Amino acid sequence: MNIHLTRRYSFSASHRLHNPALSEAENNRVYGKCNNPYGHGHNYVVEVTVSGVPDPATGMVASLVNLDGFVQREVLDAFDHRYLNEEVPLFRERVPTTENLCVEIYRRLRAFPAARLERIRIEETGLNSFEYSGEPLGSTI
Amino acid sequence: MLLITRKIEFSASHLYHNPAFSPEENRRVFGKCNNPHGHGHNYVLEVTVAGTPDPATGMVLDLKELKEILQREIIDRMDHRFLNYEVPELAGQIPTCENIAAVIWRLLEPRISKGKLHRVRLYETPDLFVDCYGEPNGAGSGAGPGAEKTSR
Repeated sequence: MNIHLTRRYSFSASHRLHNPALSEAENNRVYGKCNNPYGHGHNYVVEVTVSGVPDPATGMVASLVNLDGFVQREVLDAFDHRYLNEEVPLFRERVPTTENLCVEIYRRLRAFPAARLERIRIEETGLNSFEYSGEPLGSTI
Repeated sequence: MLLITRKIEFSASHLYHNPAFSPEENRRVFGKCNNPHGHGHNYVLEVTVAGTPDPATGMVLDLKELKEILQREIIDRMDHRFLNYEVPELAGQIPTCENIAAVIWRLLEPRISKGKLHRVRLYETPDLFVDCYGEPNGAGSGAGPGAEKTSR
C-alpha cells in the first residue's frame, strides 16, 4: 500500500522582502514591515513529504537516517542561521518570500533517491503556512 | 463532498527487528529502534471520512458511531500493548508507522458504513507522521491476499 511519510524539520534564518525593480515607496507598500532594510528573522518549520510502498524487509518508505542526512545537507546546512537574501544564491535574484522558499526547497530535495518527493510545506510562523507539490507534468517552475 | 476527521490517541511499545538480518545489520538499519526491550510512543491517529451530509441529520456520519468503531478496532487492540507481540494483524511485519497505518486502514475501511474512508494519518511523534489513502485504484480494503503480500 502506498504511504506518504512526513518529517518536520526547523531552521532559523533572516530575510528581507525587497524588489529592486520597484520604487522605495512601492516596496514599502507591497512588503510593509518585511521591507525593513535591516531584515528580520523567523523560525521556519519545513514539512517534507515523501511517498512509496514500504520495503517489506524494513517496513519503511525511506530510512529516516537517509532522509534526515539528505535534508541536513541540501537544506538545513545551507539555510540555518543564514541571511537568505545574501547567502542562498537564488535569493540574490529572487525575493525570498516563503512561496519562493517552498519552490527552492522542493527543487533541492526532488533528487532524494529513496522515495518520491510529494510535497514541501513551510510554516513561516505558527499562523501562516505554504505548500508546494511541484508542477503538473510538462510545465516548468 | 465534505471531509470529517476524528482524532484519538493510544500509547504502545514496539521494536524494529528483522530476523532475516544479522544482529549487526539490524543495528545498522534500525539503530536504537532495535533495542530488544522495545520502546514506546504516544501515537496520535487522525481518521478522515469523506461524504455528503445526510439531509435528514446534517451529518456525513454519526461521530458517536465512528468513536465506537475507533474504540473497538484501534484502542482496544493497540492501546498499552506491545505491538510486535500483541497485535496479530502486525505479526510478521516490522511495526513501523507505515505498516501500522496500513493495518489501521484495513481494519477501518470495511467498518465505515456511511461515507468513505479518505485518509488515515498516524503521528508517531509530533515531527513524524504518515498518511495512508488506501490502494490507488480504490480496490477496497486491501484485505485480499495480494495486499497482504506487499506489506510482509
